[in-house]
Amino acid sequence: MKQLRDLSKQKIGVVAAGHSSVIANMAGLKLPLESKPLQALVSEPVKPIIDTVVMSNAVHAYVSQSDKGELVIGAGTDDYVSYSQKGSHDIVEGTLNAILELYPIFSRMRMLRQWGGIVDICPDASPIISKTSIKGLYFNCGWGTGGFKATPGSGDLFAHTIANDEPHKLNAAFNINRFVSGDLVDEHGAAAVAH
Amino acid sequence: MFLINCPFCGEREQSEFKAGGEAHIVRPKQPTELSDDEWAEYLFMRKNIKGVQFERWNHVHGCRKWFNMVRDTSNDQIKAVYKMGEKPPIK
Amino acid sequence: MSINLRFKTSKFIDETYRVSFKFNNKTYFGFKGDTLASALLANGIHLVGRSFKYHRPRGIMTSGSEEPNAIIQLHDNSSRTEPNVRATEVEIYEGLVASSQNCWPSVNFDVGGINNLLSPILPAGFYYKTFMWPASFWEKYEYFIRKSAGLGKSPKVTDPDLYEHNYIHCDVLVIGAGISGIMAAKIAAKNGFKTLLVDEKSYLGGSSIYDNSEFSKINNQLTSSWLEKEINEISKLENLEIKVRTSVAAFHGYNFLLARENLTDHLPINQRENKVRQRLLKIRAKKVITATGSIERPLIFDNNDRPGILLSSAIKKYIDLYGVACGENNVLFTNNDTAYETAMSLIQRGIKINAIIDNREQVDSKISYEVEKNNIKIYKGYSVVDTYGYRRINKISIMKLSKDGQTVIGDKTKLNCDCLGVSGGWTPAVHLFTQSGGKLRFREEDQVFIPDVYPSDQISIGSCNGDFSLEEIVKNTLFSLKKFFNIDNSEYKTIEIISGLNQSKRNIWLLPSDKSIGKTKSFVDYQNDATSKDIKLALREGFRSIEHVKRYTTTGMGTDQGKLGNMHALGIISETAGTKMGEHGTTTFRPPYTPLTFGTIVGRNVGEFFDIFRRTPIHDWHVANNAEFENVGQWKRAWYYPKDNENMHQAVQRESKAARDSAGILDASTLGKIDIQGTDASEFLNRVYTNAWSKLAVGKCRYGLMLNEDGMVYDDGVTTRLGENHYIMTTTTGGAANVLGKLEDYLQTEWPELDVYLSSVTDHYATISVCGPNSKKIVSKVIPDLDFSDENFPHMSFKNAKIGNIKCRIMRISFTGEQSYEINIQANFGKSVWEKCMEAGKDFNITPYGTETMHLLRAEKGFIIVGQDTDATLTPIDLQMDWIVSKKKYDFIGKRSLYRSDTIREDRKQLVGLLTENPEEVLEEGAQIVSDVKKSPIEMLGHVTSSYYSPNLKKSIALGVVKSGKNMLGQKLIIPMENKNINVTVADPVFLDKEGKRLNAKL
Ligand SMILES: Cc1cc2nc3c(=O)[nH]c(=O)nc-3n(C[C@H](O)[C@H](O)[C@H](O)COP(=O)(O)OP(=O)(O)OC[C@H]3O[C@@H](n4cnc5c(N)ncnc54)[C@H](O)[C@@H]3O)c2cc1C
Ligand SMILES: [Zn+2]
Repeated sequence: MKQLRDLSKQKIGVVAAGHSSVIANMAGLKLPLESKPLQALVSEPVKPIIDTVVMSNAVHAYVSQSDKGELVIGAGTDDYVSYSQKGSHDIVEGTLNAILELYPIFSRMRMLRQWGGIVDICPDASPIISKTSIKGLYFNCGWGTGGFKATPGSGDLFAHTIANDEPHKLNAAFNINRFVSGDLVDEHGAAAVAH
Repeated sequence: MFLINCPFCGEREQSEFKAGGEAHIVRPKQPTELSDDEWAEYLFMRKNIKGVQFERWNHVHGCRKWFNMVRDTSNDQIKAVYKMGEKPPIK
Repeated sequence: MSINLRFKTSKFIDETYRVSFKFNNKTYFGFKGDTLASALLANGIHLVGRSFKYHRPRGIMTSGSEEPNAIIQLHDNSSRTEPNVRATEVEIYEGLVASSQNCWPSVNFDVGGINNLLSPILPAGFYYKTFMWPASFWEKYEYFIRKSAGLGKSPKVTDPDLYEHNYIHCDVLVIGAGISGIMAAKIAAKNGFKTLLVDEKSYLGGSSIYDNSEFSKINNQLTSSWLEKEINEISKLENLEIKVRTSVAAFHGYNFLLARENLTDHLPINQRENKVRQRLLKIRAKKVITATGSIERPLIFDNNDRPGILLSSAIKKYIDLYGVACGENNVLFTNNDTAYETAMSLIQRGIKINAIIDNREQVDSKISYEVEKNNIKIYKGYSVVDTYGYRRINKISIMKLSKDGQTVIGDKTKLNCDCLGVSGGWTPAVHLFTQSGGKLRFREEDQVFIPDVYPSDQISIGSCNGDFSLEEIVKNTLFSLKKFFNIDNSEYKTIEIISGLNQSKRNIWLLPSDKSIGKTKSFVDYQNDATSKDIKLALREGFRSIEHVKRYTTTGMGTDQGKLGNMHALGIISETAGTKMGEHGTTTFRPPYTPLTFGTIVGRNVGEFFDIFRRTPIHDWHVANNAEFENVGQWKRAWYYPKDNENMHQAVQRESKAARDSAGILDASTLGKIDIQGTDASEFLNRVYTNAWSKLAVGKCRYGLMLNEDGMVYDDGVTTRLGENHYIMTTTTGGAANVLGKLEDYLQTEWPELDVYLSSVTDHYATISVCGPNSKKIVSKVIPDLDFSDENFPHMSFKNAKIGNIKCRIMRISFTGEQSYEINIQANFGKSVWEKCMEAGKDFNITPYGTETMHLLRAEKGFIIVGQDTDATLTPIDLQMDWIVSKKKYDFIGKRSLYRSDTIREDRKQLVGLLTENPEEVLEEGAQIVSDVKKSPIEMLGHVTSSYYSPNLKKSIALGVVKSGKNMLGQKLIIPMENKNINVTVADPVFLDKEGKRLNAKL
């Protein structure tokens, strides 16, 4: 067996996304997170047909076209906790229903590939970039369906938080203590459709 | 799509059900006696287990009954279902 | 075409039925039963497309769904156009129009072919490297990259075809109707299992159905003849349903599978009207038998992609099944015995084989001797090192392999050919098995991944399970099925198999070349132009995981999803990295197995069936009276009723004024209604609402606010005590289902001791709200028997009454601040009672109003709308509704959360009224509220939640949430807009009749 190193004098930043709770549990910590399946799909590649990202809360889906020509499509999560990296077909069907409501012309396009990942979701649909009750243990998690576009900024602020053991003013609101104090940052409206 | 054995109706499609999160979190009988931390623990903190989890489901498009399920969240295998108030059939 | 490439066909081709079709604007002929690929080959056409990156000429390579190259656009510029269709899967029909893709101006001369010459500067990861620097240039690069993107063209008009869903429940699903699948289906059905057998092809029998070789026989009959009898027999079995042209796309957990049944794609266009094109089968099977066969592997050598290079098994199928010769001068290149079967099929028809190149030193099976007997030269221990010919192969060069197979030695020999068949052995089609969560095992002897651990009640049989000889397939299938069904199988008691093939194979993932690797183009993924060089480069650059190599090189990311090349990519990685196969993981096979049409997945859920529309019982009246509608959840609600070309603003001003001046009428049927009964009903309400309920007298109504357990406002509405143990609760329109769900949750899981029963009665009643100073006169006319005096029927009370002999409930409650009566009546009488009210109100200018006017009227009174004036961060205290939060009750949902360190803060965002300096200026909902626009960054204090022009107050009014708003009464704030700042004053949120005089006003 490998020798375990004592890390108690060091600082540990956890950015394990869907697996944040798994790591927190190792440290005897519970987080206000649920990890749920989020699926996305791509069509076969076609010549340029849509040159912007379209996201609709009304029908619940998003679509854009990659530089390779595939339509990239997705919507929301399943409602149960899962680490299986699979979601239910109903979500895929619902997503494509919505896409065809927006763009009936895509009816004869074909789904090439469909997959699921794990997203860690906070009760207020906002992330956590914060120190914890355990000294030297920091978490950047809870990005749910929308952490991709925030990665550079969130990384920067997380580094600041670890280095200073204090949040930057931009991520102060995203401290984990808000779940105790009640100062939630409700982003359900903005996060309803992953995009 | 799971096939879920509702303890009241038998096997039904997953689409008839709604998941309700971790089970056996009892609402405190005397909330006012709790500290903010203890209350937050009840409200928001979840084990979010990768592995065997005890959780709540509702047969929302069926008998509307809530019940408990034991499921391995790493592969979605359902191990057991049991009624509210019953002891889990497995550890 | 002068040469005759069509030979004697099988019974699958109807030579009496000629079919004409167009390819790249030229007309050709084929026969019924041909695929587009076989018909093109019969016409001598190999070159059908261009590759993705280098635009290299590409031809038909396979005969099935694994085809990477021959993908075409069907019916370009028509409503039934379809991009990226595999020519090998299209059954031809009269009038078919196909064209090449990804080439300009034509497939024979393609400008993009310049990329082939530029290929040294287009290595793996070229997107990431070349185009990312300098970063500011990306936008310019992207323009060109996008232009060269994609393959075919998306349809541009609405799809004329219909799709549908079908649920199937069966005991046994057999996927694949090859020899093992057919045996399995027969055994299953005969043993009493309700069985479904599906196959993606249009015929049954798989590859054995055209196996007429003397070298593989069953019970001394040709395999094809034996199988035909079997098929004949199973087609009569009662328990068995058979579906052809049905491809299983996904194998999910709990034996839930999706299959696409293709119903019209093989028909001429004019025969497709009003038919369902494709059907999505949602199959739930107790047991699944996967018999999906195997896919022949190509071989990886320099220039292995030219038109005229096909899988050896494809050449065999084209000649045996379609009667089409792929070339007149063939060479076969193999590392195993299957190519000799192809050779025998060609020999039987007298088609020339120039040579067979075999990797193996030892070739000594019955079938290879027979081939040699026919004077065919076999180069043993040789490899192809290069090929020649631009639009079609015309030559190859071969060299001797060294003992270890790592290099080539000796002289180069050139051989002429117009067709090269390659065989690298077989890869079990384990895609569906792994999709289902199955774990694979790597079998060293012949370098294949085979099913190992099954996650559900299923088995794999036949060559998808790694059995390749006919004998193994049949014996192991029988053995596995006995165990799987736990039966003592009596079918196939005596079955004797002769096989002339030997199972030896010399597996070399990347064949050596006399050139350095940098100078070769050995394609691993044909469609995406990923070469062995690219894979090695990815490894040199530090990628190890197959998933990373795959994305970096785009191997396996094409429309064929790497069905041909994924194994070689894995092989080359482990050879180069010096590790064991499987150590880097196998790439995960994602659904679908073959691309699945969006329309098929969506089925009938299009257009008006996209979502359910709920209509109130009075809906038709609204339509007849020119209402505009608003979607509220699934409800269609009357929004406003424009008269004489009024716009919305004008209509709403008129409606609002009428409601306050005389009388208005609103269809409130969409409000959620929950019937609550039981001896603990009052206690239950005490726990779910913030205010106290025990003392509410029978016949009285009370407004209630419901919180989430986190203390934030969740829903609101009026609840009426109908009897000692009987209440009716109303909820917001959008919140109805969630509120019921939440109440049931608490009742069943937290308070099972309470004797309370809930039922949703939203749809059972129509609700008509008549309001305004004259409302009492109107309802008194409708219900003359009821005493409407304020003494008998005060505000916030309820009466049972009858209209004619129809029972109804009247609540005197108000969301507008006017005297108002809500008539609740059995839904089917809703419209007639509405009309009665209209009739009774004629003299009082009774004015129907919609949701927009309702919103305006309630805003004048400062009544909130949950979800508009609130989000999930506002407590009742924040809303200045302290009066409704009981201090006496020990507990209610959300109470504890109101006393947390943050929720008790005084400077939280709080609901206030806002009045603009200029009374004509109406604020934008959602606009930010600040106090100082000069400060940088500007501090946001809150935002506007509701805003209207009030015709009754003759000024603009708004509600908003503002930090510390409660203490700001009279303070000036600023609403910064795009091109101006609007000055506002913080005001009381109740703008009109704060004392509530109008509720009881006597006119
Ligand atoms: C299908 C799908 C679609 C999405 N679409 C969008 C979108 O359109 N826009 C958007 O903004 N966001 C999107 N997201 C969300 C986004 O991908 C994530 O929020 C983001 O990737 C999170 O970044 P991260 O660095 O925090 O975590 P990740 O990128 O997930 O990285 C976490 C890493 O931690 C590793 N790890 C976990 N446990 C351990 C351990 N015990 N030890 C060591 N390593 C460990 C994991 O292997 C992983 O590499 C989508 C997510 C999914 C699944
Ligand atoms: Zn049930």
